[in-house]
Amino acid sequence: MSKPKFAMYWAASCGGCEIAVLNIHEKILDVDANFEVVFWPVAMDAKYKDVEAMEDGSITLCLFNGGMRNDENEHVAKLLRKKSQIMVAFGSCACEGCIPGMGNFSNVNQLIDTAFTTLSTDNPQNLRPQTSYEVPEGTLTIPTMNPLLKTLDQVVDVDYYMPGCPPESHQIAAVVELVIAALQGNAQLPPKGATIGAGNSTVCDECTRKRNVKLIKEFSRIQLTHPDPELCLLEQGIPCNGIATRSGCNARCPSVGAQCIGCYGPAEGVVDYGARLISAFASVIDSENPDEIDKILDGLVDPAGQFYRFNLAGSLLRGSKYAKNGA
Amino acid sequence: MTDKPETKFEPVIIGFTCNWCSYRAADMAGTARMKYAPNVRLTRLMCSGRLDPTFVFKAFAGGADAVLVSGCHPGDCHYINQNYKAMRRFHLMKRVLVQMGIEPGRLKLLWASAAEGAMFAREVNSFVEEVRALGPLNWNSNHVHTADHVMSVVAEGHEHEAEVAA
Repeated sequence: MSKPKFAMYWAASCGGCEIAVLNIHEKILDVDANFEVVFWPVAMDAKYKDVEAMEDGSITLCLFNGGMRNDENEHVAKLLRKKSQIMVAFGSCACEGCIPGMGNFSNVNQLIDTAFTTLSTDNPQNLRPQTSYEVPEGTLTIPTMNPLLKTLDQVVDVDYYMPGCPPESHQIAAVVELVIAALQGNAQLPPKGATIGAGNSTVCDECTRKRNVKLIKEFSRIQLTHPDPELCLLEQGIPCNGIATRSGCNARCPSVGAQCIGCYGPAEGVVDYGARLISAFASVIDSENPDEIDKILDGLVDPAGQFYRFNLAGSLLRGSKYAKNGA
Repeated sequence: MTDKPETKFEPVIIGFTCNWCSYRAADMAGTARMKYAPNVRLTRLMCSGRLDPTFVFKAFAGGADAVLVSGCHPGDCHYINQNYKAMRRFHLMKRVLVQMGIEPGRLKLLWASAAEGAMFAREVNSFVEEVRALGPLNWNSNHVHTADHVMSVVAEGHEHEAEVAA
């Protein structure tokens, strides 16, 4: 019997998800023993036409990471959807846009200007990439950027969501084990649309810091203070996103003294991650005076960036008006 | 956006009022037959402290041109101090919406007691004119911008929540 086929692809992402997969150590040998890897650009040579030639539904498991920044990303997402039985939005970029999704605060021209003219760029002729260019040999084309980065499920049907930036390796290993067991008939896959490889609660639930009543008189940035190592960070005025973030990472950041930045995405039942954080942060401000409230809020230097660092593309508004109106 | 370009732009405004004061103010304006602009569609919450910012984001994403948040005067909350919570959320929400490119004038906070029907009507009228001057927001240009559509977007996922008795 031929082995079930496995594919992994990266769209608009950093490659950290691929590293996280390799970080499952010797379990990667189980992947190899149980799957035939048919398409994985970071690990093996394959062309899109090889995938196009495959039968529809012939890939058993596709781990898709990255957001939909351009039409090439969307093309491959649609192609792999057609060829795969189980499509997993793998990692924060595919689930909710992640860091590349913060591009949705700006329009495409602003993004390109930043990439091609800022101080760190050596571009004396002030060149810009052209989506199509004539050379003697013919026309060269590159993909066209979308005005807004989209999440995977805004483009294709997704079977499972696996959050995290990147997903924790122990969670990946557990999911790999589950899929292998399910293929052998020894386990059942969760219902379609489920979030896998993560908890159903919040980061606070896994955090071991001590919690009392939260009453905040001042927000401060973590690099400017010496936070108490035992006490809840938010209680100390450090904007920690744990309250709205899905559990699954064992509260990795708060346990080593850094605030949760929300890479595991919205907790179960949260519709809009940023809105939930607005609600939570505002609730614990210790003031009933509008002027004082405004002064306390000045301590949150970039609230939209704080609340939508990972979730902008997957949020209700999806991006700013600047991103939507320009291109 | 209106179907006929020659007609005046009629903003769609979603209003959230509290059961004990501002909804009663609107009710009073109604029973006293005061006329005010019909552009605001009111949703009654038990308290302005129930206002989840998600509702506001949903309203804008669904095509609302503006959102009105209304509750009891500070100090008058039926639930002791939850309207202060609404106030703090309003301030933070406004900052985020401005970063998103939504003009601050599209989100209004109005304290109204149950006796202030006339004030409520006056304030709604002036808010409608302010939003009319700002023009359509058209957050999602694929959406049909009718008040019914926006209301259905806001209510989505809350169908199971029973209507509360006045």
